[in-house]
Amino acid sequence: MTAPSTRPVRKRIGRKGGASDREPGVTTPRVRAAGDDRPRAPIRTRGLTKLYGDLVAVDHLDLEVQAGEIFGLLGQNGAGKTTTILMLLGLTEPTDGQARVVGLDPARRPLEVKRRVGYLPDAVGFYSDMSGRDNLRYTARLNRIERDEAEDVIDEALEQVGLTARADDSTDTYSRGMLQRLGIADALIKDPDVLILDEPTTAIDPLGVTEILELLRTLVRDRQMAILLSSHLLNQVQSVCDRIGIFSAGRLIGQGTMGELAARFGEDSAHIEAEIEPPADAGPERVREVLSAIPGVTKVTSRSIHGSTTWNVTVKPASDDARVRRAILAAATSTGLDLTSVRPIEPALEDIYRRAVERAAHGHARDVR
Amino acid sequence: MTAESTPVPAPPPAPPKAAPRRRDEGAIPSRRERSVPHAGWMVVAGKEFADHLWSIRFVILLLLLGLVALIPMYFAADTIRSVASQVTSSSSVFLFLFTLSPQVGSTGVQIPSALDFVRLAGPLLGIVFAFDAVNSERADGTLPRLLSQPIFRDDVINGKFAAGLAVIGLVLTFIVLLIAGFGIVRLGIVPSAEELLRITFWLIVTFLYIAIWLAFGLLLSVVARRAATSALVGFGVWLVATVFGGLITGIINGIVAPVTGSPDQVASAYSLQQTITRLLPDTVYQEAAYTILNPQVAAVSNPATIGGYQQAAQRIPSLQSFEQSILLVWPHVVIMLAITAGLFALAYVQFMRQEVRA
Repeated sequence: MTAPSTRPVRKRIGRKGGASDREPGVTTPRVRAAGDDRPRAPIRTRGLTKLYGDLVAVDHLDLEVQAGEIFGLLGQNGAGKTTTILMLLGLTEPTDGQARVVGLDPARRPLEVKRRVGYLPDAVGFYSDMSGRDNLRYTARLNRIERDEAEDVIDEALEQVGLTARADDSTDTYSRGMLQRLGIADALIKDPDVLILDEPTTAIDPLGVTEILELLRTLVRDRQMAILLSSHLLNQVQSVCDRIGIFSAGRLIGQGTMGELAARFGEDSAHIEAEIEPPADAGPERVREVLSAIPGVTKVTSRSIHGSTTWNVTVKPASDDARVRRAILAAATSTGLDLTSVRPIEPALEDIYRRAVERAAHGHARDVR
Repeated sequence: MTAESTPVPAPPPAPPKAAPRRRDEGAIPSRRERSVPHAGWMVVAGKEFADHLWSIRFVILLLLLGLVALIPMYFAADTIRSVASQVTSSSSVFLFLFTLSPQVGSTGVQIPSALDFVRLAGPLLGIVFAFDAVNSERADGTLPRLLSQPIFRDDVINGKFAAGLAVIGLVLTFIVLLIAGFGIVRLGIVPSAEELLRITFWLIVTFLYIAIWLAFGLLLSVVARRAATSALVGFGVWLVATVFGGLITGIINGIVAPVTGSPDQVASAYSLQQTITRLLPDTVYQEAAYTILNPQVAAVSNPATIGGYQQAAQRIPSLQSFEQSILLVWPHVVIMLAITAGLFALAYVQFMRQEVRA
């Protein structure tokens, strides 16, 4: 470890491993341990499997969550999300396969792992005869945080989740949403490197959800945390997660960014929305004709709101999306249509999710037969 | 997909974006090093102990036990006055406070002695501070949160047991001091050094006896999902063991070891009956406690032969020294310790094997 080239690397360790922004050129083969040729993801599982009797709760799960990213686990109830999380925390032993959290095996060294992983359980609970602040103090004591430091940390965490005003009330006066906020504060007390949140926003009101999701983004950006969250609230997952994994019957049936998932599970079609007024001498049929004439367009629908007409154009294959948009612009100018806007419609996670689960279910049924 | 562990090909290696870091036993270095607590159970115990002290059940129990301990005291004091004149030679007048079952004035109604009262109510004390230890955490959803902190899983159950023991010790000490103080003030008797030793040892024996029930309560709280279930079962067992226990062992005795035949057969039948009765923890406790508080008691077991009875009859009544009394009850102490350890071990194993999720 005397190579001068490792020095800048070590300096970054002190700051915390931001793995994603490294140049490949920095690599120094001499310090590299055998087989360790990949960025060290804070959460990494390989072939992770959990059986409850005959029931396969988690089936050969390969998962990686990098520092500085939010990974969303999506799945129905009983799909194995919580079991996966418990295995990552060392609270349940895997039947097979291995997990590495902050580089350690949670089943073997649970204390170190739990020291550095903040966890918000599903349906989190607090001691109802204690105030919110006292509950957090207990957590701080369990984490061996010095008393003075703990008070600062607790104040900061309460501030971040917006509970400062109610912190000294007994937690049995809290609403479900407030308990969930307190749970997030509780997970932040130990200043974790990895945050695992099981259904973090289920009971929080819409405005609160925006705040919480913003908080998560801040944590990822400023502290380079790795966040794994499980949810069944699709639009929230879509809005906050960098990558998404779709879970069904214990298996990860797809993972990647929204775009990747859309490409894999979409119908391979894209949607474009355009606001077009027909010229004075022609009816809406003229617009439909023009749009349908563009190559790649398979379907054109329209709806009118407050006198202006919005056209929905389906494009197949999806990769033709941009070309078709340009073609609409060109067609509008050449035919004298009054075009006010053209925009691509983001694929909805809901559709992708539904299709992925359906496809997996068919595939699974075929496996069984 | 089956249970077979089919080897899964490793995911294709991602492009090496980052330089490998120094290997710190495989761990990704953390931003800030902080020592991992070694004694998580002490933190848990501290919190549980504080909870117990502030709980309503503690206040109620303390009031109830204090009151019920004082009532026999009040009447015992009168009785002791009349007895004291006959037993001036005895060095154990102070201990009478604990063992005498006094009569209420001239009515002839007997009140249980402080000893009997502790034997009856002690188990309650143990159960009350343990029956909801684990299942309430489960019901409130605090268990996953607690277990995700950097403590070992057994720190939770160890801490809760330790906190229960501490509370029991506190309550017992309080009651003994109350009785002793009452005796000193009302009777003007000051305990001798040996009496103090005996009372202290009795305190330890009582503590062990209640610890059995604490461990039992803990076991119930692990096994039963709902606090109400474990409370019901706990109090049921308490009722059966301490109130109906004598009746049940009586029936068993009558069937297994009927008292018939030659004197030697009778003697061995009695001996067997005593062994059966000793299956109940409260018999064990009563024998031990009575022997400790009564220097006159020279033997705890019935002789197994008629010769033994003859020998016992010929023995000149004398007071046992403290060491002799301890020797007599040592097996009892070990048995109680073993039962406590066994029950706690059961609770421990069950707790460690349970899934975190309900």
